[in-house]
Amino acid sequence: MADPQLLSNVRALVGRQYGRVYAWDEVNAPMIRQWCEIMGVENPLYTDPAFALGTPHEGLIAPPAMLQVWTMEGFHANHYPPGSTDENPYEVLKLFEQYGYNSVVAVNSELSFTRPLRLGEKLYYTTRLDAVGDEKTTALGTGFFVTLVMSHFVEKAGGDEPVGELLFRVFKFRPANAQPAAPAPAASAAPAKAKRPQPGISDDTRFFWEGCAQGQLLIQRCTACATLRHPPAPVCIQCHSFDWDTVQASGRASLYSFVVMHYPEVAPFDHPNPIGLIELEEGVRLIAGLVGIEREQLQIGQRLQVEFQTFDDALTLPLFRPVGE
Amino acid sequence: MTTSSISGRAAIVGLGATEFSKNSGRTELRLALEATLSALKDAGIDPSEVEGFSSYSVDKVPEYEIARLLGCKDVKFFSQVPHGGGAACAPIMHAAMAVATGVAKVVVVYRAMNERSWYRFGTGTYGFASTPIFENVNYGWYMPHGFHTPAAWVGMFAQRYMHTYGATSEDFGRVAVAVRDFAATNPQAFFYGKPITLEEHQASRWICEPLHLLDCCQESDGAVAMVITSAERARDLRQKPVMIKAGSQGITDGQQIMTSFYRDDITGLPEMGVVARELYRQSGLGPEAFQTAVIYDHFTPFVLPQLEEFGFAKRGEAKEFIRAGHHARGGKLPINPHGGQLGEAYIHGMNGVAEAVRQVRGTAVNQVPDVENVLVTAGTGVPTSGLILGAA
Repeated sequence: MADPQLLSNVRALVGRQYGRVYAWDEVNAPMIRQWCEIMGVENPLYTDPAFALGTPHEGLIAPPAMLQVWTMEGFHANHYPPGSTDENPYEVLKLFEQYGYNSVVAVNSELSFTRPLRLGEKLYYTTRLDAVGDEKTTALGTGFFVTLVMSHFVEKAGGDEPVGELLFRVFKFRPANAQPAAPAPAASAAPAKAKRPQPGISDDTRFFWEGCAQGQLLIQRCTACATLRHPPAPVCIQCHSFDWDTVQASGRASLYSFVVMHYPEVAPFDHPNPIGLIELEEGVRLIAGLVGIEREQLQIGQRLQVEFQTFDDALTLPLFRPVGE
Repeated sequence: MTTSSISGRAAIVGLGATEFSKNSGRTELRLALEATLSALKDAGIDPSEVEGFSSYSVDKVPEYEIARLLGCKDVKFFSQVPHGGGAACAPIMHAAMAVATGVAKVVVVYRAMNERSWYRFGTGTYGFASTPIFENVNYGWYMPHGFHTPAAWVGMFAQRYMHTYGATSEDFGRVAVAVRDFAATNPQAFFYGKPITLEEHQASRWICEPLHLLDCCQESDGAVAMVITSAERARDLRQKPVMIKAGSQGITDGQQIMTSFYRDDITGLPEMGVVARELYRQSGLGPEAFQTAVIYDHFTPFVLPQLEEFGFAKRGEAKEFIRAGHHARGGKLPINPHGGQLGEAYIHGMNGVAEAVRQVRGTAVNQVPDVENVLVTAGTGVPTSGLILGAA
């Protein structure tokens, strides 16, 4: 079974778009001639201007299969033209490597074309991490099919024009004869683990988070008119007094509304992720994660009790768990 | 109407837009200029005459750069309205106020974004940090729990609305089906030729329960711009004037941005109620005055309480309005005949204002017959705005 943390980190990346990678050169005759020579392509449509003029294309076009050629890095690895993104569309593969899926094999490279390319056109492409399949075991080993789609465009004054796509799929796997999940992967994975976002904390709200760290759910109270308020604020909404103290909530509450978050899957959260709009018995509401709750227990009015959980050794959050009547 | 009202004092006289796409292939600045120049040409007004600009605070194209490139010399009014889609109608209102008071004779309103190809809302990852500026502190109540997308914030209201009034996911689906039906016959729409069925809506995957994928609008690149000038000058220009009969923004009790969860009741949109009352007050019109409406549809559930705030249905009864198909093609109040943000494009609501202009001009692709007045609303769940546009 794949590590849930790995799956969560990977899923968070699916759908991500990576920035542009530009071509070094415009579509040009010398490159086409060399490519045709090396590949053994003898179609004069690509190399003979006079012949090409008499075809429906009315001029030279580049061999469609060269689509990927124009935007390659060149002789030196990772040497891309200025302006190209420095994002790595293969970052997802590094996540797998942290969990021991160290081997890779390319399984699909599918080109599709919108139209032929002509001399003088300048290309770029953007990459989308299109899909990561469920864990599968093949004769090679156990791993994941990872699909990237590179969309190629021609730069145009009136608006860039899509010209074709490359679907590139790899199988990222742990070889069948390798030792499963050595202790090392977990350790090396630790630094990459996403953390929960830290709240901004101000002088108006610090008491709440300090209370959480001590296992107390504190509500702000106006000392002039005794009105309770959440979220905390520097002044009473009823009487505009700046004087306040806090009361400790019982933690007994009911579910006022809720959602179940499915997409996008963002690390480090588990998905589906149920979130409640919680009404405390003291009368104020707050947003909090729901724990230990089955989908069918998600009913408005469900009785709940607070509990505290510390994340990343740094953040203590109030969470709510269902209780009987 | 008092003498100080803006009602009928200014008109939209030019409309311009780029195509809508998933990758415009050009800069937002260029999109803004294309739409602006197209709007000025449509109006027959020279760029040098522009004296004012208004957009949204989240538009990343500054008005001074547009002014520089247009060659404007006498710009006396500029505003940027905050709160994302909630601003959608407000720049028109600001322009009308500037024109009505004589501060600026010609105002350009624009919104340009590469929201799909350059950046995306709703990824669940935001740059909120721990510096105690208000926004960081405020989102601190939500982000640590992973409650971090607009769909989720809307879903929290929607769940309570369903519970309170018996509305269902199918009711939300009927909103989506109707606007996708309009989009299917709008060649400018991303979903041109692609209608959906209620079954497809129900079968679409969860984004955030109770919202399915097909309850959520798309993401788009594109720009829309308009030119506003006085009612007097509008009479002499080449396009049929689209009168700004009323405009208002709205904030009320317990207002937050997408998270007004602490009000006594969270099934309404009281800030839209503020807008509704003010629009009706300025214009002297009521819900019976409209032949069509552009109702902000970033997410389907909030269409229902908007219908209630404007008096098209009683509180909690918008579902009956929807079930009767009044909002659909041929209904008594067709909503979003361009296909809405669910079907045409998501240009933060400005493409909806553009549709209202076309409906009043009589040039819309899905033209509603005999349009006198069109209601336009802006983003919901946030400080918002609205307009009444109509024939002179």
